[in-house]
Amino acid sequence: MKEPDFIVHQKGDTLGIVVVEGVRAGQVLTGWVKDTDESVEVRVLADVPLGHKVSLDKIAKDGVVIEYGNPVGRAVEDIPLGGYVHFHNIKSRRW
Amino acid sequence: MGSQSFFGYRRENGRVGIRNHVLILPVDDISNTCCEGVANNVFGTMALPHSYGRLQYGEDLDLHFRTIVGAGSNPNVAAVVVIGIEPGWAKRVVDGIAATGKPVEGFSIEGQGELETIRKASKKAQEFVQFATELQRQEVPIGELWVATKCGESDTTSGLGSCPAVGSLIDRLDPAGITSCFGETTEITGGEELCASRAATPEVGQKFMKVFQAYQDEVTRFKVDDLLDSQPSRGNKAGGLSTIEEKAFGNLEKIGKKTRYIDVLAPAEAPKKGPGLYYMDTSSAAAECLPLQAAAGFVLHLFPTGQGNVVGNPIMPVIKLTANPHTARTMSEHIDLDVSDVLKRRMNLDQAGQALIDMAIRVSNGRYTASETLRHREFSMTKLYRSA
Repeated sequence: MKEPDFIVHQKGDTLGIVVVEGVRAGQVLTGWVKDTDESVEVRVLADVPLGHKVSLDKIAKDGVVIEYGNPVGRAVEDIPLGGYVHFHNIKSRRW
Repeated sequence: MGSQSFFGYRRENGRVGIRNHVLILPVDDISNTCCEGVANNVFGTMALPHSYGRLQYGEDLDLHFRTIVGAGSNPNVAAVVVIGIEPGWAKRVVDGIAATGKPVEGFSIEGQGELETIRKASKKAQEFVQFATELQRQEVPIGELWVATKCGESDTTSGLGSCPAVGSLIDRLDPAGITSCFGETTEITGGEELCASRAATPEVGQKFMKVFQAYQDEVTRFKVDDLLDSQPSRGNKAGGLSTIEEKAFGNLEKIGKKTRYIDVLAPAEAPKKGPGLYYMDTSSAAAECLPLQAAAGFVLHLFPTGQGNVVGNPIMPVIKLTANPHTARTMSEHIDLDVSDVLKRRMNLDQAGQALIDMAIRVSNGRYTASETLRHREFSMTKLYRSA
């Protein structure tokens, strides 16, 4: 497999982490799912910096976002498939 | 013994150090200047200035002594000159360090002034340096190594590459008998059930949950918002981390997949159950956490960073590794090991773990880390409450 554009910690995660620099809106990215060694594709809707996240699913407002196979926050607005995910649209469920 | 050994200094109490410091150790903040005076006089010594040490009481005072005595007792230290403003607490620190069997002598400033104290202490420091510089390293099995870990200025690459590289090292060297330590109590938030499940016994898991809950209560008592300006930090967020939960799961990658922690330590408490992985109740701030681990006797530190935390420690060499290619490129003078190839799948986590073991052995044998060459010696005392 070629070098991935993003990595998914576990199959079922709704977030992928962009691992290349210079990702622009509209690009189709190839992701690597670490635990199953599968490949997945997503078209990103926004520019996403290295290390930042892209949504791999449609997530409704108040829905839980999953990473490492675990909930890591809740959506504070509807997040589309391919959307840029960060603290503007997800929040901690704890603090 | 091949690559599964290193060359260290065997101390009087049997422990093995990888550095050979002669410390000039202040009991209290107002003795810092005197200690620095001695260190300026005598080549090969290191003063350890810090805040606090006056009018503390109760649990907070116990922690202060545990931290100071622990720093002096660390096997990376060959000998110690202790200086306090008055003789009582100086003697308490000297007696604590003397239990290791290493050379230690105390001085106090009141009644003679700082200049006379510097003169006397410098003579003793010179003697200690000449003693220390004759000590020889000897080959010892890797299992004699005590390794602490904590991550800082983490980002999503930490959870993908640098933290699991540490986890790989822990999983491989735990069976070889190393003693290791992780902590950062607030930074487990969201992953506490996973962390509790990684305890060796349900009792140890419950002990973890108790310290976890106590720290949560403390944060809840003082916090004014969702801590999004602090935890995750601004650097964390610049690196793509969005929530404390996400940070926690990345953090926990440092303890590997197989290893179970065998006890939960109070801040700066030395392990008592023999070789194995320990949890220590610490702050997640690097300059506060590392001195607590050094005081517990850990001699080497593994520090994954994403955005480029520059911390060091005066007692323990700090190995910094990053999986962030931008950080590896722009902050190379701070980075000891670049594992960013993990993101490109040019390196797997086993290879990253092996590269880290190789670097850990080289540093244990004497190679200076990036933070040592840059003289990073942060030593912030953990304080539980205001002094009286």
